[in-house]
Amino acid sequence: MENKNTKIITKQLNLFYGSKQALKNISLGIFEHKVTALIGPSGCGKSTFLRSLNRMNDLIENTRTEGTVEIDNVNIYQNGIDVVELRKKVGMIFQKSNPFPKSIYENVAYGPRINGVKDKDILEETVERSLKQSALWDEVKDDLKKSGLALSGGQQQRLCIARALAVNPEILLMDEPASALDPIATAKIEELIYELKENYTIVIVTHNMQQAARVSDYTAFFYIGELIEYDLTKTIFTMPKKKQTEDYITGRFG
Amino acid sequence: MKNQLGRNRKNLLHKKFRWSEFLAEKLITLTAFISFVFIVLIFIFVFREAAPIFSSEEKKVSLIQAGEVQETYGDVEENNSPITSNQTSALETSGSEGDASLSNLTGTEWQPVSEVPKYGLLPLILGSLKVTLIAIFLAAPIAILAALFTAMFAPRWAKELLKPAIEILAGFPSVVIGFFALIVLATFVQNLFGFEYRLNAFVGGLAMSLAVIPIVFTISEDALTAVPKHLSEASLALGATKWQTALFVVLPAATPGIFAAILLGIGRAFGETMIVLMATGNAAIFSTQIVEPVRTMSATIGAEMAEVVFGETHYNVLFLIGALLFLFTFTLNAIAEIFIRQRLMKKFSGN
Repeated sequence: MENKNTKIITKQLNLFYGSKQALKNISLGIFEHKVTALIGPSGCGKSTFLRSLNRMNDLIENTRTEGTVEIDNVNIYQNGIDVVELRKKVGMIFQKSNPFPKSIYENVAYGPRINGVKDKDILEETVERSLKQSALWDEVKDDLKKSGLALSGGQQQRLCIARALAVNPEILLMDEPASALDPIATAKIEELIYELKENYTIVIVTHNMQQAARVSDYTAFFYIGELIEYDLTKTIFTMPKKKQTEDYITGRFG
Repeated sequence: MKNQLGRNRKNLLHKKFRWSEFLAEKLITLTAFISFVFIVLIFIFVFREAAPIFSSEEKKVSLIQAGEVQETYGDVEENNSPITSNQTSALETSGSEGDASLSNLTGTEWQPVSEVPKYGLLPLILGSLKVTLIAIFLAAPIAILAALFTAMFAPRWAKELLKPAIEILAGFPSVVIGFFALIVLATFVQNLFGFEYRLNAFVGGLAMSLAVIPIVFTISEDALTAVPKHLSEASLALGATKWQTALFVVLPAATPGIFAAILLGIGRAFGETMIVLMATGNAAIFSTQIVEPVRTMSATIGAEMAEVVFGETHYNVLFLIGALLFLFTFTLNAIAEIFIRQRLMKKFSGN
């Protein structure tokens, strides 16, 4: 656990929605090129925690964040941080696949385009590379002009992953990326996650215990805004130290 | 407990007739259809009143039968030719019963109460188009940008202030806007640009834009707000700025709605009467200049309907103008509806 680079370190992270505290003193380190799963019952703060890593919570009114989140040793909550640059570095995949109502090509090219890439060759190259990385290329290479919304649910989600990869992020945050998909599409996404961790640091929120066990190297268990336990996935699922963790993963509550 | 359950199950099998439910349903259906019936009736009325123009043969016959004008109209065949001095004297006595042939209707002069009535609709149609276009070109950019700001950038307090304020403007009596344009705006604009005429198409269009902005704003704002939040979130999460997100994701997704908003705005501007009546100078000049006085179709009806002789050609022509207005706004609204309903739906469901 110690011989790896920590990519993200949160220290005493507190987050409030108005007067309600959603995160309580979360301190944890997330390792580079590993998959870290966040598990816990609904409303436990795992999605909130995920969204605080690329400051998507800023979009929700009346939120207040205390403590620090360091990515590559820079506190992303300090003054003078460019949120736009931060989000290019920390990509995000949402629970519900959300391709733009544009063509497949335009969906993937959107990120590079807003970064000012105009060269057609570079764009095409980026689109192809990203779609290959997200294992969608073979299925769509013949009709890139088709609307992204015409794809199946699983394909849409992989399109969203391709779109996120096109801006060359270092970290990928995934908020229950497979919860709306059938088992076959889910298996594809999981396979993809396994391949992507070669090059990316992945943090994934999941409700599916088996999924966490299958894809992640580390698992953090959240409960009512608190981090209960954080360890190697193997350890969490075989020898949890806390009673609450054990109860949750064995399905006694949640 | 067991008994009660048993009885409930038995009741399930007997469909109950619920009076209140039945009445409420029928009442709602009825009210919905009443408005529809009204529209159809108005439609029929307007067209019926305009119809005699297209059956002028019949009219001439009836005139001949009436006797009084027989000698002046003499030869029925000659009626469509330019009116002779002989006929003119008779027209003076018989009011302004003019000829509403197609050539007269498509003329460039509108002089319905002169000795030789001229019912050229072109200056009126051109006037309406001029004022409408000026109004929409002024209103649409302002309204859409305001909607974009309100939907995407404004903090909550500003949103809560702006939206109702602009919507109240929509309920503003048009006579007040007209009065404001007549007294304040016209002088101000003339001093600013040095126009030759105080009241002209531009002032009318400017005043009209005040009435159009709230409509375009409200519908555009709704269209922009209706764009699913997950789309803008996706864009922001990719490192797009708010402005890029608004311009490249939200605005394109809301295009059908915004297009519909503009069409409805045009419809409003085209049909609006009081503002143009007060602010455009009301001279039926056939010209493409925007700083000259104009008279619009709606203002013509508004100004002349009260003074026209019931049933005569002038009266019928005014209804023809009304029918044209009706058709125009009807078409626009239909197009707008199709755009909102179908394009928007299609856009977000793929294919």
